[in-house]
Amino acid sequence: MAAALAARAAGVEDVLLLERDQHLGGILNQCIHTGFGLQHFKAELTGPEYAERFVGRVRQDKRIEVSLRSFAVRFTKDKVISCLMPGAFREVKARSVIFATGCRERTREMIPLPGSRPAGVYPAGLAQKMINMEGWLPGREAVIVGSGDIGLIMARRMALEGVKVKAVIEIQKTSRGLVRNVVQCLEDFGIPLYLQHRVARIHGRDRVNKVDVVKVDEELKDLPGPGFEIACDTVLVSVGLIPENELLEMAGAEIDRKTNTPVGAGVNFTSIPGVFACGNACKVYDLADWVTRDSELAGRQAAQYLAKTEPPRL
Amino acid sequence: MKRFMTCIECPQGCRLEIETDGARMISAAGEKCERGPAYAKQEIEAPMRTLTTSVLTRGLELKMLAVRSSKPIPKGKLLEAMDAVKRITVTVPVRAGDIVVSDLLGLGADLVACRTLTRL
Repeated sequence: MAAALAARAAGVEDVLLLERDQHLGGILNQCIHTGFGLQHFKAELTGPEYAERFVGRVRQDKRIEVSLRSFAVRFTKDKVISCLMPGAFREVKARSVIFATGCRERTREMIPLPGSRPAGVYPAGLAQKMINMEGWLPGREAVIVGSGDIGLIMARRMALEGVKVKAVIEIQKTSRGLVRNVVQCLEDFGIPLYLQHRVARIHGRDRVNKVDVVKVDEELKDLPGPGFEIACDTVLVSVGLIPENELLEMAGAEIDRKTNTPVGAGVNFTSIPGVFACGNACKVYDLADWVTRDSELAGRQAAQYLAKTEPPRL
Repeated sequence: MKRFMTCIECPQGCRLEIETDGARMISAAGEKCERGPAYAKQEIEAPMRTLTTSVLTRGLELKMLAVRSSKPIPKGKLLEAMDAVKRITVTVPVRAGDIVVSDLLGLGADLVACRTLTRL
């Protein structure tokens, strides 16, 4: 939305905004905690409030066509996007394209987390959606693997909902999240944070019933000793995000294999002229306000590209 | 008495060095903005937090409505406030900022909607 609005402000006349969900705002809709907007709006907002400020402006601009429930499935290097919509298939040729596709979560399967494969193991962001959007509690007693911001925020969220959050387990020496989140999400609720520990095994047949935890050394190797067990029925995995750039890849854009981000001449650029990636698809950000700032830049970059290329003759 | 705390007012998370007499703040140092000492004073004398949660809806376009307290409430009242909030079902369309519960638990803060929700 920030890119679309900035592109319009920079003189782009016709913008199509494709959104796969039923609502604009993306992940902000499920991020109901505060902490958004301190830089951009000089106010501490929740995710939905932050999103709504943009939705209002996007909806007012008749030159931004919003297409909800539109899932982009194909992209080619001559900038044709194919998308699936309820009962329809649409192909659009654009002169410039900005991908604001965000990230997906790293899952249990992507980190060494052995044991059985029972129900009750969720990526933290999925648990966030279940609780905040669907009204389901994923379990009663939880252990959180990884101390990224989403994990910390979910520790507090579940504690507020009456879930017993028994521990956050972090393999590194320091939390990966913001210090303020360690304070207000863990310390406020007396949730222990085990640094330099890892979950060595998940137990349970149909449902998680406990995890084994061991201490690790500087090289992340297990220290000798028996470790300890934590009984729980739920494990949330908060171990990072992976930029979602499969459409760019489909068009032949160069992707850094290590980070799954596009390779380009600078922030937002890809290897295809006129094609940009902004927000978490470009790099994983800590703050939504910075996503907005850089996405507005993407909108201006697209406008600049359009201004210097010839419009197609009709 | 010296103690350290992390300011939670913004993502910078300044580490504050506080001088207290046990119940009141005497001085604070280490902040990058004026919110730091104000936070430290409040945190020592009566810690406050903004409550954010979501409540059930019926007949609206989403199953849950995100809500927040209009201003911070005492930290010790968060769970009590959650118990009250869990009983709520919102059945009429709302706009962001609309009051869902006024003067929650008599704490002087309203519970307000964080987004617009129309009928299904």
